[in-house]
Amino acid sequence: VASEPGRPHVTQSEKYTAAAYLVVFLGVLVYVVIIGSKLQRLQREVEQLVALVKEKRTDG
Amino acid sequence: VSIHLKLPVLAAACTGLFGLAIGLALFYAPEDADQGLSQRIFYFHVPLALTAYACFGWGAWKALKYLRTRDERADLESYVAIHQGVIFGALTLLTGSIWARVSWGVWWSWGEDELVLFLVLFLFYCAYFMLRFSVDAGPARANMSAVYALFGVVLIPVSFLAIRLSKQFIHPVVFKLNGPQMTGSQFFTFCVCLAAMLTLFATLYAIELAGKRLDRSLRELKELLTG
Repeated sequence: VASEPGRPHVTQSEKYTAAAYLVVFLGVLVYVVIIGSKLQRLQREVEQLVALVKEKRTDG
Repeated sequence: VSIHLKLPVLAAACTGLFGLAIGLALFYAPEDADQGLSQRIFYFHVPLALTAYACFGWGAWKALKYLRTRDERADLESYVAIHQGVIFGALTLLTGSIWARVSWGVWWSWGEDELVLFLVLFLFYCAYFMLRFSVDAGPARANMSAVYALFGVVLIPVSFLAIRLSKQFIHPVVFKLNGPQMTGSQFFTFCVCLAAMLTLFATLYAIELAGKRLDRSLRELKELLTG
């Protein structure tokens, strides 16, 4: 199939190679997002514990 | 303390090696005469598979350490390594499937021993999580997980050798007894890509392990404060 004038022709081989590299990149990116959300949860838990310790100190 | 010191170094090494690996794979390594551009998938696909094997092997080693010492840290390390192995294994299957589509015209071939055995290995370790999370946390769960991880490691040499024992030979054999079947520049690129992938595993392993340990410490602290 001829490419449109002015648009670079991308072969099937180029498309699949780019897709394979993109899969690896996206895989790592998804992992980073999951780890990031877990870190946020841990941060919230630390804040809760700090509040709990402060509350106990004021009570005591 | 060691993780805090190692992690930035690992992350920096991983970033540098990945930049170099992508540059070499796309611009330095010569184009394959037979497969053309799609052969460049090899530089990520094979290191991903070898890293998955390394993860499962590391997980089994830590499982053995747990069974010998009953140290809870070894159980956690084994779990994290197997988790990483499943991630690298999934990426191996995805990139392999894309490469198969462009090279053989199919997404998957059930007749290929190498592919099927890698899938069996991957599914075996996926089942590890089902087993682990079906039992309450404690020594029983750690024992079962460790024994399962050790059984799984037997599949690694079978999966690796399957390609050499297979009679069909659609899947290429690159590493033979007389050396790698590629040019010096291709082999150098492959080695850099493998180093980058192994460093990525080491970095993600350290991050996940630090997170899990922090989570465990926080739970203990919460119990101490509320109990």
